[in-house]
Amino acid sequence: MGLKLLCCAALLLAGTLAPTTWATAHDFKAGSIEIEHPWSRATPPGAPVAGGYMEIKNVGGEADRLVSVTSDISARAELHESTMTDGMMRMRPMSGPLDIPTGQTVKIGDGNHIMFVKPMRTLRKGETFNATLTFEKAGAVEIKFLVQGMGSREAEETPDHGTHGTAAP
Amino acid sequence: MNGLKAFRLAAWIAVAIVSVGLAAMILLKSENPGAPAPSVSGTPAVGGPFSLVSQRGEVVSDQSLRGKPYLAFFGFTNCPDICPTTLFELSEMMAELGADADKFNVLLISVDPERDSQELLAQYMTAFDPRIVALRGTREQTDAVLKSFAAAAIKVPMEGGNYTMEHTAGVYLMDAAGKYVDLMRMEEPREERMRKLREITS
Repeated sequence: MGLKLLCCAALLLAGTLAPTTWATAHDFKAGSIEIEHPWSRATPPGAPVAGGYMEIKNVGGEADRLVSVTSDISARAELHESTMTDGMMRMRPMSGPLDIPTGQTVKIGDGNHIMFVKPMRTLRKGETFNATLTFEKAGAVEIKFLVQGMGSREAEETPDHGTHGTAAP
Repeated sequence: MNGLKAFRLAAWIAVAIVSVGLAAMILLKSENPGAPAPSVSGTPAVGGPFSLVSQRGEVVSDQSLRGKPYLAFFGFTNCPDICPTTLFELSEMMAELGADADKFNVLLISVDPERDSQELLAQYMTAFDPRIVALRGTREQTDAVLKSFAAAAIKVPMEGGNYTMEHTAGVYLMDAAGKYVDLMRMEEPREERMRKLREITS
């Protein structure tokens, strides 16, 4: 319990130290870190998990690492490797934080994913939910996931791209 | 230098152990006629009895499936990517085929019967084409169906006593006699998948 509180306090502090500004459209920015189109997938009723995907760009001169993810749809969010090898669908927790090297864009959704464990509700297409990504250097970044269709495999460019998050019904 | 030498030695020992292990596995497999193994042509040696229960409580077995071609794939509800997208895409393909999709059965076989209860599967499957049947069984029945399809499922422990499953991907296309025809991969272009589907229904 004490540790949890301490983590929360640290997150809050990091949040104030690294003020998050929303970049254009469905992108988020904090320091040298830019997060492009975080999206999730509509879930079947009762689904015990949901996925999270995005691209993270490091435009600064210093390498950073994604340490943790929290969201308001589940108590736990985990970073997993998820690969198809030898005809087997394989999934396992990442051994450590995700490296975001300088000048590079790291895609979450290509050989890995964020897994929201026991989402509190069924996710429906078009909805959004809040999450916080915590980076070693850039600190906490508040983002919004957009829920895409159940068959989605990639981020979809939608015409209402600029409005969701701010004016979501 | 000494450390490096020791490391090299350890690495070679590891290689030797793995090689011996692999050789033993191959030998054991070929000596056991019951163990499914890929044949020379690359076609998995699929076959063998299985019996499971659907999300609606019906018993579905290799025998009850005779007379109609069918599609079968392995999955579980604690799978965020490939399982729901496969179910969704199969539903869309079935919608496109319309009544022609009545000519075959589609089965999702749970590799995680501990967590995939009949109730959960019943709820989960309401998001997809109602003609898709979600099957589960006891651990023994699940092992039997995996063996029947020459497939594998491995439990991977995770933090906090949780676990996930690694499993054979791809959709098995079976003919009306229960004979393996082809494997449909969801990464393939949709036209190719539709072609394979039409192949087993024509």
